[in-house]
Amino acid sequence: MSDQTDSFSKENSNSARASGSEIVQRPDSQPTDNRTVLSDRRTFLAGAAGLLGMIAVSSCTWQEFFQNNFRRMSKEEIEQTVHRLQEEYKKKYGKEFVVGTEAPLDATLFGYGLDIQRCIGCRRCVYGCVEENNQSRDPQIHYIRVLRFRDGNMDLEQSDIYYDPEEVPEKGYYYMPVQCQHCANPPCTKVCPVQATWTEPDGIVVVDYNWCIGCRYCMAACPYMGRWFNFTDPGIPKDQVNPNTHYLGNRPRMRNVVEKCTFCIQRVRQGIYPKCVEVCPVGARKFGNLLDPNSEISKIIKTKRVFRLKEELNTQPKFYYFFSI
Amino acid sequence: MARSGFIFETSRRLVTGGAVYYFWMTLLTILAIVGITSYMKQLQVGLIATGMQNYVSWGLYIGNFTFLVGVAAAAVLLIIPAYLYDFGPIKEIVIVAEVLAVCALLMCLMFVTADLGRPDRFWHLIPGLGILSLPRSLLAWDIVVLNGYLFLNIAIPGYLLWNAYHDRPVNMRFILPFILLSIPWAVSIHTVTAFIYNGLAARPFWNASILAPRFLASAFCSGPALVILLYQLVRRYTTFHVKDEALFKIAEMIAIAMAINLFLLGAEFFKEVYSDTHHLTPLQYLYQGLHGKGMLVPWIRTALVFNVVAFVIFLIPATRKNFATLNLGCVLIIVGIWIEKGMGLIVPGFIPAPLGEVWEYAPTTIEILVSIGIWSIGLLLLTAILKIVLPIETGEFKKTGLDGVPIHAGGGL
Repeated sequence: MSDQTDSFSKENSNSARASGSEIVQRPDSQPTDNRTVLSDRRTFLAGAAGLLGMIAVSSCTWQEFFQNNFRRMSKEEIEQTVHRLQEEYKKKYGKEFVVGTEAPLDATLFGYGLDIQRCIGCRRCVYGCVEENNQSRDPQIHYIRVLRFRDGNMDLEQSDIYYDPEEVPEKGYYYMPVQCQHCANPPCTKVCPVQATWTEPDGIVVVDYNWCIGCRYCMAACPYMGRWFNFTDPGIPKDQVNPNTHYLGNRPRMRNVVEKCTFCIQRVRQGIYPKCVEVCPVGARKFGNLLDPNSEISKIIKTKRVFRLKEELNTQPKFYYFFSI
Repeated sequence: MARSGFIFETSRRLVTGGAVYYFWMTLLTILAIVGITSYMKQLQVGLIATGMQNYVSWGLYIGNFTFLVGVAAAAVLLIIPAYLYDFGPIKEIVIVAEVLAVCALLMCLMFVTADLGRPDRFWHLIPGLGILSLPRSLLAWDIVVLNGYLFLNIAIPGYLLWNAYHDRPVNMRFILPFILLSIPWAVSIHTVTAFIYNGLAARPFWNASILAPRFLASAFCSGPALVILLYQLVRRYTTFHVKDEALFKIAEMIAIAMAINLFLLGAEFFKEVYSDTHHLTPLQYLYQGLHGKGMLVPWIRTALVFNVVAFVIFLIPATRKNFATLNLGCVLIIVGIWIEKGMGLIVPGFIPAPLGEVWEYAPTTIEILVSIGIWSIGLLLLTAILKIVLPIETGEFKKTGLDGVPIHAGGGL
């Protein structure tokens, strides 16, 4: 249990983290005291570019309006966008933000394991997730929902998420947290009319919050309540906002777009466990690379009896429930 | 010169009319303004202004959208007998049905826009500029078929009327392929709209193959019922002539469509009730209530009674051919199908939620006002278009001779 905050992969985070702040720099404009040059075509173009740049920087909303889908952006466009977002977040929350764009790791397919036998239903994962991933506190959004079942059945319609006893675990009950299952055959990405949501090569299902048109079709398509909508501007107290973010992950969202669990993309792509894994007091949550036969998750799948939620829908979740004993 | 004459005469016709016309248009304009103001409010605060939440994430807007796609699709029911079987009495009036289809489609587009969280990102849907996710997303398909149908229903009557206005003969060999195309296309718009819901395995209430056929059957009830009422208004307030037998023929077709609709409903009931799996729960919520929650129960029961009574009225020739009972039947069908294919279809799809929670949905005042506003804009357009189209159809309003002086024909609304 104690080793949970350690890196689960050999990748080091430093290089990736640094690049986030590096791209803030914008190219300087040409020196202006060079008066000997006459109406040179090059200076004219440079001046025009500088002017356009100034207009572009001053009118953020205009840039936001024309912002392209993340997967269609050039490297340069991504840098500019990240810079713009960092400025925007700083103005809003008064903090320096890192908006990372770390790419998926090679030969990695993330998978998750949840030990039903160990889970005590304490909901530390729920609130750890809210803090890490900048979910709206008011109105409240929780990516993780802990279902309580009475011993003897696993009927979702009989489950309860609003249990509130003095102490957990309660006698006669067991608990099953549910979040985005990061399906290999996800119904949610299929239905999106503008491809604002997709599966990354490392298996994480992500949303480009700036491309989502807010039709909520993906929410209707998800069989796990894995997607949430910001019906108004997310309410996060300034002192509680987490400034270490990823573009496809926990960066602050805007109103009227869909969001979801990303396995803490901002952490796992740097080799850090997802927050929910880190905060679980009983070690019920496991995470790792499905392609690595020696990873903890691969060993669990091989040695334990595992099952996936609603397997009859052929969504093929990469989220495995198991029994440790 | 000719064009300016047309525009001038059109404008003149739009602003002249009787007291009823002025009252009607003023009322609709006021309601439209109220709707637009409410929509501004919704834009200001976000979709939190509506009753929708993470559990029931679609509501009144998408319900109205679904109902209106059905109305638009039903124009085809009149085109088939008119052009294919050459049934004269309907042929004369098919243009009115096409105008209704156009207005219904425009209302559909307005309802979808009202439901959209980020209408400012509309351009993401434009192929080339944005990404229209074809062929994977059914919503993308729906955008294609709805706009295609809108184009057909503007082009076909547009061509016929423009020739009538210029007193030129119609080239049937040119326009007939488009008319024929519009028939499968009408079926497609409602099928694809049904498939939007039908394809979601997460929602057992929608994930039944019977959904698309039921959509078509119920659309062929509500659309023609609206048409029957509309024609009676048209012939009362204009010189446009509609034969009784055309209306009775439409009523006969409604009876058949309603019989199929009720049969399919019965089939659905049998499957769910007899097999008695968890897929029965949404139906239970809708007709009986679940865990003490059943906001839709009185509505759907009303709809069921209305549909059955209307079916009997349209089945018996004596009541079908009596205008008092005929009109009653039409109103019952429109209200019945609006409940059944609106909120009665959308909301239970979300109840219970995929993890079993039961959360109800009720529209807010803003949602209701926006919806009334969209209906008003639709009716405003319908009245205005008919005000121009009907005189062209009757030959009252046509291009004048060389002097360019428009003919001042009497009548009109």
